[in-house]
Formats: sequence, structure tokens, C-alpha cells
Amino acid sequence: MQISELDLEFAVLNAPVPMGFAPVNAEQWLTIASVVHDEGGRLLALWAGAVAQAGAASPEPHDTACMCAAYVTLEGVFWIALPLAQRDGQWIYPDISDLFPAAIRMQRAAADLSGVHAQGAHDTRAWLNHGAWPADHHPLQHNAEQWPQRVPTALVNYPFVHVDGDGVHEIPVGPVHAGIIEPGHFRFSVVGEKVLRLEQRLGYTHKGVELRMTQLTPLQAVRLAGRVSGDSTVAYAWAYCMALESATQTTIPVRAAWLRAIMLERERVAAHLGDLGALGNDAAFAFGLAQFSRLREDWLRGSQKVWGHRLMMDGIVPGGVRVDIDRTQKDQLIQLCDAIEKEVRTLYDIYEAHAGLQDRFMTTGRVLPELASRLGLTGLAGRASSQVWDVRCDHPFVPYNQLQVKIATHHNGDVAARVSVRFDEVFESMRLIRRMLDALPAGDIACPVILSQEASRGAGWVEGWRGELFVALELAGAEENHRILHCHLHDPSWQNWPVLEHAIMGNIVPDFPLINKSFNLSYSGQDL
Amino acid sequence: MWKIVKQIAQTGTCSEAAPDIGEENALEASKIQRELLSILGQALSIREVDAGSCNGCELEINALGNPYYNLEGLGIKFVASPRHADMLLVTGPVSRNMETALRRTYEATPEPKLVVAVGDCACDGGIFGESYATCGRVANVIPVDEVVPGCPPPPLEILRGILKAVRRRVQ
Repeated sequence: MQISELDLEFAVLNAPVPMGFAPVNAEQWLTIASVVHDEGGRLLALWAGAVAQAGAASPEPHDTACMCAAYVTLEGVFWIALPLAQRDGQWIYPDISDLFPAAIRMQRAAADLSGVHAQGAHDTRAWLNHGAWPADHHPLQHNAEQWPQRVPTALVNYPFVHVDGDGVHEIPVGPVHAGIIEPGHFRFSVVGEKVLRLEQRLGYTHKGVELRMTQLTPLQAVRLAGRVSGDSTVAYAWAYCMALESATQTTIPVRAAWLRAIMLERERVAAHLGDLGALGNDAAFAFGLAQFSRLREDWLRGSQKVWGHRLMMDGIVPGGVRVDIDRTQKDQLIQLCDAIEKEVRTLYDIYEAHAGLQDRFMTTGRVLPELASRLGLTGLAGRASSQVWDVRCDHPFVPYNQLQVKIATHHNGDVAARVSVRFDEVFESMRLIRRMLDALPAGDIACPVILSQEASRGAGWVEGWRGELFVALELAGAEENHRILHCHLHDPSWQNWPVLEHAIMGNIVPDFPLINKSFNLSYSGQDL
Repeated sequence: MWKIVKQIAQTGTCSEAAPDIGEENALEASKIQRELLSILGQALSIREVDAGSCNGCELEINALGNPYYNLEGLGIKFVASPRHADMLLVTGPVSRNMETALRRTYEATPEPKLVVAVGDCACDGGIFGESYATCGRVANVIPVDEVVPGCPPPPLEILRGILKAVRRRVQ
């Protein structure tokens, strides 16, 4: 694999999607960023990775670190690693946030967790560390057992950006929200009802996932991966397993890949059914919530019957899947698809024809394609703003290579567009599920995963319902018990949260729940 | 409008009966409701607090509002402020970044208050355990009256946990 104009050979990772890895120097780090940017590629993830021979078991912080980035171009994913040496007591790497604004928060998070700093970055405020651990303590540089004893929680004053002007005032919301949702803080600067600026402060659900991953064995860690964001448990488990399977050169049985895709599409439908109802509700159309939440419940009960879990948690295991589908269950699942699709079509007509609903949806929370592209808006929300990327279509692997997935896009970038993309995706997923159940190949549902003798790395890239998930995994060799040196799990919410700050500008405060729900981003998935 | 009415008529009422809470019979359930009313002087109001969960528990708590479980039909409702709540439904291992917010939410809830910890993480820290970033189970931060294990517990289990907590308090 290669990036054009660049004299750098990427080692191809053994995965169903095209992914390559290459170590780089600081100059190449910057060159790649600008080449990818100029070619219309995107920043997929940015994190501080593991360092070869780093004694993570030693109590003292080591004097080398490593910065990683993953980019997406038309060819696939390019994972680069930049080794850093300590200079004046600091690890420094070149800032890329001018080219990719989505990097800002990822760089701030890497600074909190690993003590690596982007040279020349404008925003260097702490992101994940709210004062719960000392600023000079970097969790990922230490042994897991070595965390500082409780300091009395002194609340750290976070320097929000202030907006001055006649009649401008602030509305602080959260972290405990009024609904049944995850915690985060929103600071609105408003004039009357009109929002001039929104600043988010997240990180409240930071659970130290990256450090916790290194305490689990590679085979156990799939359980934790499936709990990074509960609504995307299938997608995360798959992405993690793909990373592990690519690190161990494992090819899973064909039937297992098909069963995984059935689960992934079912997860997509479940999420959209929930959100379409909630979106109706946020526009004061309680009928929508009642109907869609009923359908979602029927759908989850279908999963319970077949997989023994309403959200299909722990259904995907390294090497394959845990549960097979028999003939009766296959028929039940197809019937469920038929019954629910028929009702969703009825509701689609009702949503489309409801003037009050459309009035709230149209032109609300608009992200124009140009802005979406500049800020790196991805996934479902990106597709509603003309960002035509979908891993299932761009790099179809088994079974998607036999299904011709129809990509759902829109160009208006408003709430109505995101609603429309959701409806389209539900119908398309229903078609895919039926096709897959009909043509399900025979064979094993799992194969053993043999961990390599040598240190190894692998990556996973899966189109979850919210957008593309990426998992980068670095494993130690047999002499170090195959332990996980580092595992970075990347949620598309990293890219999309900052765009929400733009989407709300010029809208009124009561439209925020509606706009927020139309994106429905994960807090836990990006706080990690 | 005609389509909406038609859809409503076709769907009908799909609420299921309130769950049988173990050995308790329907008579006892209504006794609980009466005692609950006499203690609280009102229907049960719940404030949900996500103290660091992966959002799996939130999905199932949200499901309590769907027409099958029809929580509001039982006289139980979710409220926007802890000051209006009789009960806190807390999920997640408590992240250190949420510790203060959870304590303050608890303090803002008027007496007599009940706390139900929902999900494995809330019960014992779950797979996240205790670390530099999490305090582990909810009981490490605020007093807990009842726990509902499960990852995530299905809506019915959460409903049972809510009723159990109320029953324990009125006895």
C-alpha cells in the first residue's frame, strides 16, 4: 500500500479491509497529513500508542513515547507511528489541527493520558482530566496499579471561551442532564433564545478504558471492547475482533462473517428505530415515540430470543461468533423484518406528511457539505451532509462484497436530512438482513485464535450505525504473555461532537435537543 | 391525520401487566402503591443519573417508557431535577469526573430518598473496576438501597428493582 507522492511503503495488515502500517519521522508525519488533506482524505484517529520495548511494567515513566495517526483515503486506512524522544522533559510532536480540526480534542486527550504534546497547538486545555488525578500524572505512562492516592476532589475551574456583547448571557447545562442520557456539560452563549455559541465540555464518563485494556488478556478484552459504547456493542466487538484476528493472522469462517454482519445490521436498525421515535418526541410528536419505541421493543425481543441478549452483547467472540442461527430462528427473524418494515413504511409516510414535524426538522441544525468536509464530519451525520463514505460500500468485505449495499446520502445537512438518511438505512438494513438470512453459507461459526510468538499489531475498521469505528491493537510476544501493550478504540463521535457546536449556531435553544438527537453522539465512546 | 388515527387504532394498547414481584400477589402490589402514596404523598418520581455508564443501561431504562412497560401508567415517572425526585436510579461505575456531580445530585434530592444502583457496573464496578478514573460501585460514593445486577439488566428487572426498593422502605 502506498500514498501517492510519498516515498513510504506501508506494511499491509492482514484484515478484510485494506489497512497498512508504517513508522515515520516528524517530517513525514507532517507531509502525510498535508498529502492526505490535499487528496480529500480524512483523519480517522489520533492517539498515543505503545512503544516497542517500553517497560510498562517498570514503576518509572520511560523516556520514549509514540504518537499514532490513522488516515482514510480512497485506498483504505493508513496507520502511522511517530516515535518520540523526551526533550526538556517533554514529548513533542507536530500539530496537525490546522489541517484536520478534529485532531484538536484527540491531541488534548493524548496529552492528558500520555503526556505527549502537540507543538504549536492553540488549545492546550486539559480534556479528560477534570482534576481527578494530578496534571503531571499520565495514566498510560504508568503501571496500572500505580495511580496516585485520592486527592480531595478540588474542582478545577475550566476556562470556557466567553462571548461578550449586549444582552449576551450564558446557559450552563449538565453534566447531569434532564433526560435519561449520558453526562456532559454544554455552555450556551445566547441572546434571547438565539444561540451565538455552544461550547462542550465532555470527559465525564472517562473510565480509563485504554489502561484497563492492558490489564486484560487479548481474548478477554473483547468483553470490555463491547462496553465502550453500549449502543454500538456489536460494532465495537467486531472491530476489536478484526484487530485481534489481523494481529494473529486469523481468517474467520465465512458463516461467522455473515452472522456478524446480520448482528451489525440488526444493531443499526435498533438504533435508528429508537432515534426516529425520540426525534419525533423532541418535536412534540409523542405519537412517534410511542410507535417507534414499541417497534424497537419488538426488535430487541427478537434479539433476546436468538442471541439470549437484547443488545446482542458478547455475541461476537475472537475467531467468530458465539451463537448460531437454526432454521426456525431464521424464519422468525425474517418474519420480524417483514412485520417491522411494513410498519416503518407507514410511519415514514406519516412523518413525511406531517407539516408540524417537517417544520421543526427542515433547515434546523444545518451543516452544509463544505463545512462538514472541512471539519471531518463522518458516519451517518456526514452522509446527510454529502460526505459519501461508508466502509460497507467503499471497501466491501465478506459478506458485504456480495450484497451491493446502497449508500444512503443527503445534501441538506439539516435534521430532516439526518432523519431521511436514518429511514433509508433502516430499509436498506432490512433488505440486507433478509438477503443474508436467505443465503447464509454453511460451516463453522468460530475458529481458534492462536496468539503469535512475536510482538504483533492489528487493526479493525467497521461501519457502526453512528459511523466508522477504528481499533488499533498492539500485542506483546509470548515472552511477555501476549499481553496487550496498547489498544486504542476510536469512536466517530470524536469527529462529530465539535461539528455539533457549529450546527446549533443561529438556532434557538429549544431546538438543541432536536439537533443533538439527530446526531445522537456517544459520550462514553469518546470519553473512554 | 387519518393515517395517524388508523395507526393508533391498529396498534391498540400493548401494555403488559406489571410484573409479578416474586411471591407478592396483586393485592400486595396495590398495598405497596397505597403505602407508597402515604409515605411520599404522591406518585413515585425518579431522577436517572448516569454516573459513567457505557449507555447500555440507559437504553434499557429508556425502554421502561415504551408502551409495553408503560412506566407512567404505574404512577412512576422520570423527572428532570433531583429536587423533584423520590428516587435516584444510578448507572455506571462512578467515574471520578462524575463523583462530585453524583454527590451533589444525591444531596439535592429531598428526604426520604431512595437510591437504586442499576447494572453490574453500578453494583460492583463491573468490568471497569476501580482505577485512576473510576471509583467503582455506586455504594462507594453514596448510600444505595437496592441493586439491580445485569449487563444491562432488562427493563423488567429494573422495574422489579424499583418496586423492591420501595417495598423495603415502606416495611
